[in-house]
Amino acid sequence: MMAAENDVVARVLRRRAEPTQLLQILREAQEELGWISPEAARAIASALDVPVTRVQSVVQFYSFLYDEPCGRYRILFSDNITYRMLGNRGLFEHMLKRLKLKRGEVSADGAVSVDLTSCTGMCDQGPALLVNNRPVTRMTARRVDEICDLVRDGLPVSEWPADFFRVEDHIRRAGGLLGPRYEPGSALKAAIAFGRQGMLDEMKRSNLRGRGGAGFVTSVKWESCRNAPGADRFVVCNADEGEPGTFKDRVLLSSFAERVFEGMAIAGFVVGAGKGLVYLRGEYQYLLEPLEAKLQAMRRERLLGASICGAQGFDFDIEIHLGAGAYVCGEESALIESLEGKPGKPRIRPPYPVTVGYLGKPTVVDNVETLANATDIAIHGGRDFAGRGTRHSSGSKVLSVSGDCARPGIYEYPFGVRIQQVLEDCGAGDVVAVQISGPSGVCLTPDEFRRQIAFEDVPSSGGFMVFGKDRDVFNVARNFAHFFAHESCGFCTPCRTGTALIRDALDKIADGRGSRYEINELMRLADLLKRTSLCGLGQTAGNPIRDTWLKFRPAYERRLIRGDFDPAVDLDAALARAREISGRDDAGAHIDTHIGAKA
Amino acid sequence: MTPPDSTILIDDVPVPFEPGQTILEAALEAGVFIPHLCFHPELGAHGSCRLCNVIVNGRNISACTMKAASGQEIEVDTWLGESAQAYRRTLVQMLFVEGNHFCPSCEKSGNCQLQALGYDSEMMTPHFVEFYPHRPVDASHPDVLLDLNRCILCELCVRASRDMDGKSVFALAGRGMASHIVVNSPSGKLGDTNFSATDKAAHVCPVGAILIKRVGFAKPIGQRRYDLEPISEEATPRREVEEAK
Amino acid sequence: MSATAKTSALPKVRAATTSLAGCFGCHMSFLDIDERILDLMQIVEFDRSPLTDIKHCGPCDIALIEGGCCNAENVHVLRELRANAKILVAVGACAINGGLPALRNSLDVGDILNEVYRTPDGAASNVPKDPELPLLFDKVYPVNEVVRVDYFIPGCPPSGDTIWKFLNDLILGRMPRLDPQLMHYD
Repeated sequence: MMAAENDVVARVLRRRAEPTQLLQILREAQEELGWISPEAARAIASALDVPVTRVQSVVQFYSFLYDEPCGRYRILFSDNITYRMLGNRGLFEHMLKRLKLKRGEVSADGAVSVDLTSCTGMCDQGPALLVNNRPVTRMTARRVDEICDLVRDGLPVSEWPADFFRVEDHIRRAGGLLGPRYEPGSALKAAIAFGRQGMLDEMKRSNLRGRGGAGFVTSVKWESCRNAPGADRFVVCNADEGEPGTFKDRVLLSSFAERVFEGMAIAGFVVGAGKGLVYLRGEYQYLLEPLEAKLQAMRRERLLGASICGAQGFDFDIEIHLGAGAYVCGEESALIESLEGKPGKPRIRPPYPVTVGYLGKPTVVDNVETLANATDIAIHGGRDFAGRGTRHSSGSKVLSVSGDCARPGIYEYPFGVRIQQVLEDCGAGDVVAVQISGPSGVCLTPDEFRRQIAFEDVPSSGGFMVFGKDRDVFNVARNFAHFFAHESCGFCTPCRTGTALIRDALDKIADGRGSRYEINELMRLADLLKRTSLCGLGQTAGNPIRDTWLKFRPAYERRLIRGDFDPAVDLDAALARAREISGRDDAGAHIDTHIGAKA
Repeated sequence: MTPPDSTILIDDVPVPFEPGQTILEAALEAGVFIPHLCFHPELGAHGSCRLCNVIVNGRNISACTMKAASGQEIEVDTWLGESAQAYRRTLVQMLFVEGNHFCPSCEKSGNCQLQALGYDSEMMTPHFVEFYPHRPVDASHPDVLLDLNRCILCELCVRASRDMDGKSVFALAGRGMASHIVVNSPSGKLGDTNFSATDKAAHVCPVGAILIKRVGFAKPIGQRRYDLEPISEEATPRREVEEAK
Repeated sequence: MSATAKTSALPKVRAATTSLAGCFGCHMSFLDIDERILDLMQIVEFDRSPLTDIKHCGPCDIALIEGGCCNAENVHVLRELRANAKILVAVGACAINGGLPALRNSLDVGDILNEVYRTPDGAASNVPKDPELPLLFDKVYPVNEVVRVDYFIPGCPPSGDTIWKFLNDLILGRMPRLDPQLMHYD
């Protein structure tokens, strides 16, 4: 290993020496080295006294860790359907052309590589990309040219124009959570006044349910953790927000961070945890510094640390862990695996994290918005909170609206808001479909727009993607299918293989070679994945194709061939290599791939 | 009929269980067959192959991870009235197309659990479009062949090497369909590890990915493990029997 | 199945067979039905088949396909049988999953051709260019990846008894199923 590389690794290891911190170690080493070489991997494995294969398995799991050089500038275009609708593919091709690169290829001088990545949570200000894990928003052809020039000139990313990295909150409609001015520490003081049991009672009265998508009753989670045997407990804030089309936690962390942190401390107060961890998705790395600064400020004000607000015995502090590009880490048990420095593969449940969680200890894992709401409940009381929203869905929901609308951004409504209301407020025109709660949610047609956002009707973790009347819903489903196949952790058979089969079937249809045969296969696969997958990713991976086939059949039918079967591959393309090698292009060197489809 | 306190109902048949046992463990001990690949009595449940999926009180769960409890009504062969065979067969088909499973030349044929479950679920064809992945064969070790074309990612070798042999020779790396076994040596080759043919990890592979050299095809066709008896009718619990190699 | 006066009055079942990228082992195994072929011939008449040497297929009831598709000519033959047969059966490992020829699938067909046709001095390759030759596909494809297949008989080869059981079931209108002794992939 080169001396410089040696130094970097040694420096990182001086700060962090536990195998559970492997992911952070690798991230930090890579910040400076650009990639994890075999030598670096061995040095880290040796220092942590783990097999080198453990390091390899972590590096190869996460999208933002590299075991091959990827360029001094690693550029990743965010590729959710919402960015496609804003023209990101054209910009992507433009950049590749200017840099004379193929997708994913590293330039000969080792300077740059350009590729695609899953949704980076900037749908309201796209097209967007990440350059060395920093988000660049509002991409245009001109900005592509400017970036190519900066890359050519070798200017460090930290010196690029600040405007490139501008991320706006776009709060279009504030409600009970985002609206009121907040006095830092007020929720903590209110919780202390209630006492640990009293605060739990308020949480029960509030009927608060998780805001990350699963909708579990928060007070039940807190109480189970509190009652679990053992001395140590942990509170984890799930800030992985990987569901495409979702960026509400990004805004909460940007501008309401103290409410999230105080919410964590309140959870710690109730369950008896002294330590909180924030799992911040790698795509939000730009928030790390401001969040650390906020934590420091809170510590100075005695809002974190020992004897919070002067309360003896109320000790709680928070550490931030970054993810490294893996949607599956939004699943709470996979998240915990990642916190322990391993690949983010979901655990077998039971036992659940509330009894066996981080480091095997009772752990509460709550979404960013859920924890922020805990401060509201502390201040106004549970009954007040329960009086808002609907009977079964108390409080408000922060929605992140994007797609074909005049005013994409953040909208907070009491639960029970009708979809058509949201569409009116965001300035959507003629709408053909709305995807609620991301690809793992539901796709709704106009005659369903009277339905309400609520756990008892259309649940949502926040994503709200609007598709205008000229949009092809098949492309939406196909984009989502690629997403699930890319993000599948690979642990269980149906999801690992099934998401790939689903993606390939949709690609075949897109290529004009699909028939009713593919439709039957897709429905069968969706059913199998739902029944037999280990976690929510696999279980919901078939949702988009099921919804769109059932509700938007013409989008598929116009692409299907007449017959009932077409070859698995384009047979003429399958002869291309042999044509090349034998230098032939006569009629006999080609074949019509569609004959036989009339069978 | 409510079963007494320490029995569960599997396809209407009462099966006893010890507290702490999973449904799969209780079933296998009682000679009731539930298909599985990644479970091993000495290594515990893994939950990755999903073959052992059954219906318990109306919901799909994996029998290897759910603890048996009185009152459970478990459906193995029919799920809520419809045959479950097609679901299991599809999972086996997925495993077949994901790797390069060429039975005619494989030394494990006839003793292979994946193959046996194919027969058990009446799999006549792998059905799906074959992936034909490029997977390495590692013959560097003097006594053991590592042919990853046949790997089904069950991680039995990973767990056995780590938890029983104390060697950690194998690990699983990559994500999604790029998942693959990696070997713990600077070269990545098995021959450069302290792996031995006497390791437990050399004998837990349910398929032909890890094979002891120079004993291939020792038993003639007709006398191999699953020639003698279909996997569903094996009298003795899994893997206690020293396999014919 | 025995020949009866009744069955001999019915039109014969027409069957076609072919071996694509196969070794003909499945055809040889079919002939392992030995003297039962006499009973079979009371009921079945063969159309295009290596056994009859009829070159092109007309309308038929059953097509038995051995071997996968390695080149364009395989696909032309397969399509002719699919178009003319009511029931198409993939017989044996090669037809079902590509089999032994498909072991080349993780390699580049161009590299293979260059290697095979390397000149004696090793300097260049003399890959044939004749327009009458069928070109190789990038991979060997199982039959069901090229046309719709109705049934599959696994084995390498399936035994004569297996093929016999299958044909019995099919011709007599039963759902073809194989007992454990008849079912194997090797």
